[in-house]
Order: sequence, then structure tokens, then C-alpha cells
Amino acid sequence: MKYRSVFDIIGPVMIGPSSSHTAGAARIGRAARSIFGREPKWAHIYFYGSFAETYRGHGTDVAIVGGLLDFDTFDERIKRSLEIAAERGLEIHFHKEACVPDHPNTARLHIGDEEGELELVGVSIGGGKIEIDEINGFKIRLTGEHPSIIVINNDRFGAIANVAHVLAKNEINIGYMQVSRKEKGKTALMTIETDQNVDETILDEIRKLPNILHVAKINE
Amino acid sequence: MLFRTVKELVELAESRNKKISDIMIEQEMLMSGKSREEIVSRMEKNLEVMEQAVERGLKGVASRSGLTGGDAVLLQAYIEKGDFLSGEILLDAVSKAVATNEVNAAMGVICATPTAGSAGVVPGTLFAVKNKLHPSREQMVAFLFTAGAIGYVIANNAFISGATGGCQAEVGSAAGMAAAAIVEMAGGTPSQCAEATAITLKNMLGLVCDPVAGLVEVPCVKRNAMGAANAIVAADMALAGVKSRIPCDEVIEAMFRVGQAMPQTLKETAQGGLAATPTGRRLEAKIFGTAKNE
Repeated sequence: MKYRSVFDIIGPVMIGPSSSHTAGAARIGRAARSIFGREPKWAHIYFYGSFAETYRGHGTDVAIVGGLLDFDTFDERIKRSLEIAAERGLEIHFHKEACVPDHPNTARLHIGDEEGELELVGVSIGGGKIEIDEINGFKIRLTGEHPSIIVINNDRFGAIANVAHVLAKNEINIGYMQVSRKEKGKTALMTIETDQNVDETILDEIRKLPNILHVAKINE
Repeated sequence: MLFRTVKELVELAESRNKKISDIMIEQEMLMSGKSREEIVSRMEKNLEVMEQAVERGLKGVASRSGLTGGDAVLLQAYIEKGDFLSGEILLDAVSKAVATNEVNAAMGVICATPTAGSAGVVPGTLFAVKNKLHPSREQMVAFLFTAGAIGYVIANNAFISGATGGCQAEVGSAAGMAAAAIVEMAGGTPSQCAEATAITLKNMLGLVCDPVAGLVEVPCVKRNAMGAANAIVAADMALAGVKSRIPCDEVIEAMFRVGQAMPQTLKETAQGGLAATPTGRRLEAKIFGTAKNE
């Protein structure tokens, strides 16, 4: 079941006009910022499918940038997010892609600053709900039916055990876990589906562990 | 998971002598681990947002494109005059549904129920029906939980967005949600709520998503108007004892199959239906400077 909360149906509170193309887009932008851990200095945003067709009229562009600026779906500043981004020195480039994605509302974000970069593919599945499909080229295989977190870490022994230990200590049960890496010793990704919601204090605990680069909640 | 289908939801409610809204709150408590107070309080915030949106729309708004705005004001003035032909509650619901969607089109703040494009139906019917039924604040919040329960089943078994299932999935779902909520508020049984949803959805099967210029304005605002009207009529029919020959879950399944069979041109691509009419294309060209989908 993709929609697990009544507030997925009655909600979100948002700036119009479209829950999938405005609110969903804002959430995708905000997820990218949250995983990156800070406001980026530049962003290349690629729109696919129906996002690509309707982004001007639905404010998908201002919404996604609003998300990168950490605005929530109902933040009135979304309407001026392109000006605010310019003021804050965030350089934005939009690209409309022709290739047909698996889902009509797909966006790829490539963001970064002098210290690092992140690439993320997000999908707006309807009613404002989103899914993160890919992070830094790693395909995220999640059902979307449970709370989930992702951890990007340096590929070192003990990283996985440490994260699992923090969750266990907080009585969070892991339902599904996927670990992947591109190359031995470089960066790796953990996608973890849990039975219980993981709150911000637990995420902070994980952030403090050695070799952890990014931690973010991607589903509640 | 307490329920996955409308049948399970109704059986659960009736066997425990509870309302659909109660079951939805229980489900939310189970899923989130939060207390009843927190959950009800959060829904009340959504109710406040809906009130503010209706208020703003009734004062008068216009979208940036100029395609929509001002109809809620016209309708309210017409109601004031008193010469209307349809019922006062019905017309009031229509005007408030329109008000909400006009605010949405103007990029104002609304509460998606279940989507922004269909955000007018549930609040429109709620704020109209309240003038007849005089619910407590708690009952108004319960209305949203009932609507949410139906939407929850539809979203997980079919679709709730125009891009995936057409307008039957967006405004249709919203209307089905509202119909059940009206019946519960009016004192109907959970079974009657399901009948109202079935009757509403049946009458919106095949409705396409054909937004002019790809914007969430034309015909979306007027579709919310008719969705609200459908919901109220279906609620009355269910309260009168009328039953749908096809059970609610099968109607939802039918809506799902119809949505799958719909061509992309009629699923929020602005390539068919009203979007492709000469006037639709002319408006599109005027707003965007070029005709997009030729």
C-alpha cells in the first residue's frame, strides 16, 4: 500500500495549483537538499514526461527550487523562489528531456557546491506523495510502503554494523535493507526500510557515526 | 492494516458499532504510533486551511493566466438573490467548491483532498452541508477522516490523479469521498456511506483529464463544481435507502480498468478533449506564446 497515512489523502497543505506538479515537486527538491545536507550552490534540474510538458503552468520549476531552498509545500515564498535563489547565489539550470520515463512525473536533480555533489531522481506519484528512485546512480529499491532512510557512507568495515546498532538500540526493527557500492573503498549506500518511524534524534545519532556522509529520511 | 477495501472498512465499522471516521483514526494511530489527540489536532489544522481558502475564494481571486476566477463571487450573489432552481445547500456547495479551486488556480494555499485539482469538492460540500446539519467542530473534523478513509482505499486500489487515471480518478475520487462523509455526518450507516460513494463514482466513470493549456484551471474548477453536486445527490439517494447494484469496491475496480484503458491524450497531457478544441488551443497559444502540443 503506497498511501499509508490519512494525511497522504487529506493533505498536504500546499501552494497550488497541482499536488503532483507543485507540491510533489517541492518535496522532491527538499528531499535532494535534505540528503545533500545543505543548500547547494548550483543545480541542474531535468524534467521528464508530464513534468516536462507542464512545468511552466504548474509552477514545477519554482516549486522544485523552493524545495532546494528548504521551503515546505505551503510556503508562500515558493512563488518567488527563482528570485530568492538568485539572491542566495544558487545557480539554477532547467532542462526539458524528451525521453519517456517510467512514470509521467519524474525529475532528475544534479546539485552541488565546492565540497561535493549529489544526483537524485524523484518521482511524484500523485496527491503530493513522492518516491526517490535513484541517488548518485544507485537505484533505490524500496516498496514505498514502510518508513525508510538512506545512508551514504565511506565504504569501510563497521559502517553497516554501526548503523544497525543505533537502530537496534532505539528499538527500531529493520524490515528490508539493501547495501550497494560502485567501487570497493569508495562511497556506498544503505537503503533501510523500518517497521517504526525513525525520528530526527536517531538520524542525528547516525550522522555522528564515523564514515557517515549523508543520512536522510525518505519515507514516513 | 485494519482495512484495504471499502467492504472491510464497512464491516469493521458496523461490527464494532463505530463510524468510518473512527476506524480511520484508529488506523492512523496504528500506522503512525501517534496519539488520537495529535492526529485529530493535525486534521483540524487541515480544516482551518480549507476554511481560509473558501473565505479567500468567496472574496474573489483570479489566476495569473486569467482563465479562472470570480465565479464563486457570481454564484454567491446569485444565491443571495434567492431565485435559484437547484437547492440552496447544493448551490452553496458548488460555490464553495469553485471558491477553493479558484484559490488553487491562483497559487493560493489549499489542502489537497486528495489532490489540488480536486481540492474543492470535500470542503465545498462540508461547508455547505454544515448549514443544514449544524455539526460540532469535532464532527467537521470527523467528516475529513471519513473522506480520508474512502480516498485511502481508492488510492491504494486504483488511482487518484488525472495523469494516471483521468479526472474520474481525481474529481471522481474526491466526490466519492465527500459523498460518504456527508452520509456519515447526516447520521447514515457505514453501509450507506459506501452506497453513496459507489453511486457517485459510477456517475463519473470515463471522465477524462483534458486541461486547457495544461493548467489546473479549465475545466477543473467547473469539474469540482459538478463533483460537489454529484456527491450531495448521491448522499441523499443513499440516505433514502437507494443501493448501488454494483458494490463499491467493484465500482472502484471498474474505475481503475477504465483509467488504464484511457489513452494518454486524455490523461493530463493537454492533447485531447477540451484542451484540443479550437478555443482551447487559442487560449494555450495566448498564454504560452506558442501552441504547445501540435
